[in-house]
Amino acid sequence: MSALAPYLFLIVPLVKIALLVFIVLTLDAYLTWLERKVIAHIQARWGPYRVGPHGLLQPLADGIKFILKEDPLPEGVDKKAYFFAPFLTLMLALTSLAVIPFGPDITILGYKTNFGIADVNISLLALFAITALSVYGIALAGWSSNSKYSLLGGLRSSAQMISYELSLTLSVVGVLLMAGTLSLKEIVEMQNNGNLGFFGWNIIGISKDGFGFTQIIGCICFFISAVAETNRVPFDLPEAESELVAGFHTEYASMKFAMFFIGEYTAMIAVSSLSTILFFGGWLSPFPASWTITHYLPSVILVPFGLWVFFDGIRYETIFGRIVLPGIGTVLTVVGAALFLFPAVNELIQGPFWFFIKVFAALFFYIWMRATLPRFRYDQLMEFGWKFLLPVSIANVVLTSAVLLWRMHG
Amino acid sequence: MTTVETAIGTAKTMVLNMGPQHPSTHGVLRVLLELDGENVVNAVPDLGYLHTGIEKSCEDKTYSQAITLTDRMDYLNPLGNNLVYCLAVEKLLGLEIPKRAQYIRVMMVELQRISSHLVWLGTHALDMGAMSVMLYCFREREEILKIFERFAGQRMMTSYIRIGGLALEPPAGWREQVKRFIDMMPSRVDEYEELLTNNRIWMARLKGVGYLPPETLIALSTTGPGLRAAGIPFDNRKAFPYCSYEEFEFNIPTRTESDSFARYLIRVQEIRESLKIIRQAMDKITDQGPIKAEAPGVIPPQREKMKTEMEALIYHFKIFTEGFSPPVGEVYQAVESPRGELGCFIASDGSPKPLRVHFRSPSFVNLQALPSMVKGQLIADTVASIGTIDIVLGEVDR
Repeated sequence: MSALAPYLFLIVPLVKIALLVFIVLTLDAYLTWLERKVIAHIQARWGPYRVGPHGLLQPLADGIKFILKEDPLPEGVDKKAYFFAPFLTLMLALTSLAVIPFGPDITILGYKTNFGIADVNISLLALFAITALSVYGIALAGWSSNSKYSLLGGLRSSAQMISYELSLTLSVVGVLLMAGTLSLKEIVEMQNNGNLGFFGWNIIGISKDGFGFTQIIGCICFFISAVAETNRVPFDLPEAESELVAGFHTEYASMKFAMFFIGEYTAMIAVSSLSTILFFGGWLSPFPASWTITHYLPSVILVPFGLWVFFDGIRYETIFGRIVLPGIGTVLTVVGAALFLFPAVNELIQGPFWFFIKVFAALFFYIWMRATLPRFRYDQLMEFGWKFLLPVSIANVVLTSAVLLWRMHG
Repeated sequence: MTTVETAIGTAKTMVLNMGPQHPSTHGVLRVLLELDGENVVNAVPDLGYLHTGIEKSCEDKTYSQAITLTDRMDYLNPLGNNLVYCLAVEKLLGLEIPKRAQYIRVMMVELQRISSHLVWLGTHALDMGAMSVMLYCFREREEILKIFERFAGQRMMTSYIRIGGLALEPPAGWREQVKRFIDMMPSRVDEYEELLTNNRIWMARLKGVGYLPPETLIALSTTGPGLRAAGIPFDNRKAFPYCSYEEFEFNIPTRTESDSFARYLIRVQEIRESLKIIRQAMDKITDQGPIKAEAPGVIPPQREKMKTEMEALIYHFKIFTEGFSPPVGEVYQAVESPRGELGCFIASDGSPKPLRVHFRSPSFVNLQALPSMVKGQLIADTVASIGTIDIVLGEVDR
């Protein structure tokens, strides 16, 4: 251990990167499963059910399918850009996760580290810089595919992402004014308001020193812009299948197509995490700090859920399901029980637990919207972005600064 | 290059070949769009990708055999196609259809109208990106198809309406099944309206899109919901009643905006009106009574009669070997299909096979309004316009 000590600064981030990429890619895969299941149930059908119990192996089947599919090269494509575009999309989406803190700083075996890969003091700026680049992936894909549908999709998305980037950035300025920092970690810590619980979050905005103002307008603007930024319904114009067949990825197949999708879902996770950090208190518990009993909430959720999965699973139709589902149930129950029995570990996962819950809620909202709303038209989208979202976010900035100034001097 | 392609396009614009394989052209319609950015400068629909030769095939079938072909024209309205063809042949023969059969025909055709409008609403909502509505609509359509299955043994290509009457006696327990459906349906229509009618995005996507003035619509001889959305209350059920439609009380919903949103509202309203008609028809249909006209040489005789009467056996043999021979002449019969005026023209030379059968299909005629609708609008509006015209390609290319 001591021999490794000088190299820990290198080993720990590498381990964290590997872990994060693994977790996020798995999460992406199961996000597609979740999306299909949730939408299916909203639409009065079952969704994936055949591959594994409750379709749980569907992401695996999809992955195998993507890898084994033929990858034809359309005629007349700009090869370099055509191959580079999906990599760029996925790479940028994954990179954006590097600066996101998923929990407070922790100390494991005497080594103090943070719950995230990089703890940069301008992490918000870095994040916006990275997501701003992701338009290149889509624009390049649309341009290089030598297809009119792709071209239109690419053009649409460049225009859309550039327009909505403005309101996305401006909508968080209010938060920055209150926090006085660009570090995501400090923004979360600023929202920690001791015994006020979730009233301290930026969406309500009651701060300890009285320098607070509700950022609900900013939050709404941010969320809408984020949906447009990730090309999701109702702003999924670049890939509007009823108009442009599949938009910018019409000519892509196999793993290259999968990369666009993984990129899209990773971007969804990234912006959901960002909205959690900026407006919903990041890893903070919604309960007052003095309510220590709420620290057992993970156990209280996991144990009954695990037991339910177990007892529901032993009655499943297939033998495979009768083995797998109770297995999952047992694991969940044991984990829940272990958290109850080892308070030290329990304290460690409090932050990530709440972070995950909030991100999950945001992702669910994304999926819910997809099942409910029709799609905007191109010009309406632009009008909405420039004539509504942008003025409102600017107004929010002015209002917030005015309130803060008044509190400071008056 | 086809002639269509050379007729369109200048150096400064881009020609986008929309279809024949495209998610929102509802079949194999090909539309050539001349684009300036996202704006449509010109649009030329190119037909013929689903040419089935149904009209020509009818000339080689006896009058009774041709019924099954008509099912396959407008595959969302098979019963309506059966009806118009049978009415035309009956007109040629001068047959009087029993009232009971007429009312059952009305009920079935109105059920078919609802199912057709449901498919329209679902697919159109899907085109606009609202995908849940489609599955809700298909859920209700499934109930209608179950009713058809019980009546005719088939879900879609029923061939239930025959020359001189109906194929089969209504099944036991049909009243309860239809009643359950019409009791459930109004709340389901409310559900769709809740999801769409006051939805800001839905309104923004449809209002003012695909506008055509009433004069243009008349000049293009457009019929159906498209015409009624422009404020012209033309409906064959009222204008030229058939199947005793004059005995039913129903309204013809009209609006004046003549845009896609008005067409949407008209169709939703028509679902409600059809439910009214079905309710009345159910009251009128008696439990006992003939479902076929009295015409020995035309209608196949009953099984028992064939076994006891010599003449019946001879008629049966003749109908199924050479068919029946209507008098020489020409007839035209029009009905109101979910899409507009569906007409059938039959020319007879006195032989058991028709000399010429022609269908005036509303999809084909209404589609001619597309270029004038989409000029100057966006690609997304083209999709909305194609959707609200409500074309069925099987009917466009007969």
